[in-house]
Amino acid sequence: MPFAVELLNVSRSYGKVRALDHVTVAIKEGEFFSMLGPSGSGKTTCLRLIAGFDQPSTGTVLIQGHDATGQPPYERDVNTVFQDYALFPHMTILENIGYGLKVKKVPRQEVRERALQALEMVALPDFGHRKPSQLSGGQRQRIALARALVNRPKVLLLDEPLGALDLKLREQMQIELKRLQRQLGITFIYVTHDQGEALSMSDRVAVFNAGKLEQVDTPQNLYRRPTTIFVAGFVGTANVVRSETSRLITERDTPFSIRPEHITLILEGSKPRDIQILGRLIDIQYYGAHSRYEVEVEAGQLFSVQVASDQLDATVLPSVGAQVMIGWDRSSMISLDEC
Amino acid sequence: MTHATADTNLPRHFSTYLYRHGTLYLLLLLTPPLLWFGIVYLGSLFALLIQSFYTFDDFSMTVLPRFTLKNYQGLFAAANLDIVLRTFSMAASVSVFCACLGFPIAYYMARYATGWQRGFFYIAVLLPMWASYIVKAYSWTVILAKGGIVYWFIDKAGLTPLIEALLDIPFLGGNTLSTSHLGRFLVFSYIWLPFMILPIQASIERINPNLLAASADLGARPSQTFTTVLLPLATPGVIAGSIFTFCLTFGDFIIPTLVGPSGLFIGTMVYTQQGAIGNIPMAAAFTVVPIIVIGLYLIFAKRMGAFDAL
Repeated sequence: MPFAVELLNVSRSYGKVRALDHVTVAIKEGEFFSMLGPSGSGKTTCLRLIAGFDQPSTGTVLIQGHDATGQPPYERDVNTVFQDYALFPHMTILENIGYGLKVKKVPRQEVRERALQALEMVALPDFGHRKPSQLSGGQRQRIALARALVNRPKVLLLDEPLGALDLKLREQMQIELKRLQRQLGITFIYVTHDQGEALSMSDRVAVFNAGKLEQVDTPQNLYRRPTTIFVAGFVGTANVVRSETSRLITERDTPFSIRPEHITLILEGSKPRDIQILGRLIDIQYYGAHSRYEVEVEAGQLFSVQVASDQLDATVLPSVGAQVMIGWDRSSMISLDEC
Repeated sequence: MTHATADTNLPRHFSTYLYRHGTLYLLLLLTPPLLWFGIVYLGSLFALLIQSFYTFDDFSMTVLPRFTLKNYQGLFAAANLDIVLRTFSMAASVSVFCACLGFPIAYYMARYATGWQRGFFYIAVLLPMWASYIVKAYSWTVILAKGGIVYWFIDKAGLTPLIEALLDIPFLGGNTLSTSHLGRFLVFSYIWLPFMILPIQASIERINPNLLAASADLGARPSQTFTTVLLPLATPGVIAGSIFTFCLTFGDFIIPTLVGPSGLFIGTMVYTQQGAIGNIPMAAAFTVVPIIVIGLYLIFAKRMGAFDAL
């Protein structure tokens, strides 16, 4: 089976700026694929190239195994959910949803039926006659989704679709999106800068940085075995230790990362760890189920240490400014590439 | 912050006072322009409306403040109706032509022009308005005259038979280009075009670019996107622009005098009625015509849903 979408050595420059730099990635049929990265990392450019809003400077875009490079958006079998929803303000909700079918000359009766079904699917059955301006952000989001899905695309592109929603609604929509994707079996390509969102929803995640692809992997592998300093720092929280400091602590040159949950405070009676260093407690952030201790060691490196709230006896806990010993096992260290 | 004494801080005390008394602030701000607007604009318009019902005494050539509908009846006299229709058809065709010509320019300005291009387009559109429009109208009479540059080009291109055939068409032609309806139409279109471009440009600029992308994404070809998304959303701008071109053509008396065949326009008629004859009531009645036409036009546009996206 061909890949749903394949980018082969794709670059996109705007004048002197390289927005996308020799990216090669293959997205499988039926996959929930996320593109993760900070703003300006090239993830949205990548999505626009797949949708056809923009053309690559060099390289090839394949959709369903066919060369789509140079093909305008209206000839591609992909649909997009925009970050700002982009609902047509002069049309009713039903007209918005039926738009894609109408321009493709689907019979009027069928347009209506399928649009109504799509409204059912996003659980807003009675909203057909309203205008987009009469809907809340979350409702518009669902309509944008229905408008794209009613066309039964091979691939659905989602450009930070939950970015404008508040936290509770976002979490609810994440679950719904994931459910819809599983139910419909459509390939979802999801652009986000929220690593939590990417990890929790995706089958695979591509991490972008400065126009380049850093790593493509499952969420588990991205978290457990990041290959670059950037990925280690961007996905989840990590203490990234560069080579100079690494030499002081481990007597080896390789940079490494260590997750806050893998570092422990060494108190009296704690079991000894492979590596133990002395530092000063700078700050404590309380998160409820756990706290984060910021410890500065002698080399000047700052370590975040995650301490479960029920793990330690409150009476022996150090206070800010105190000397503390932190430690971890070599097995939980992740070696990183230098770049 | 230092503690300054009250008297040196009078402006600050005043602005704080206004901040606390919002209504007073609003009144201070709006009263002068509203007075100006209410009295000078609406007041004079109202005076005009009243005078259009006054009686003009043909014997003494004076205006009598006696109310009558005779002026409006007079509008429907064959000769006057002719003037109204002539002006109306010119205003309508100039508006349509300007919209067709202005839309692509406005679209490019709003969507693609950046940096120096943007400045260039703004100045290019506005620059012709800086020059006196009488001078421009006059120069057009020279440009379009027999022996002028346009005729020279047509002659060199071997299109003389074509232009002669064109000038033979009734309602379009005339003796020469500069005395034809076509020539007058060209000059009107030339002079009013900026008034069409700017409102359209402003309305296209307000359209979220993603809407056009979404339309293409959903499978609409460029022509479908134009008719179903771009044009409906830009319609308020087109209507605003056409109101300018429409009203300006309706009220103008210089271009009809300088370019084109004989036959009065509303503008020239008003000028003659009040200047030479002193029949202010009849002139006022003529002036009410464009107001009514524009009113009907707006009602029609609203019915058609032109302002739904506002």
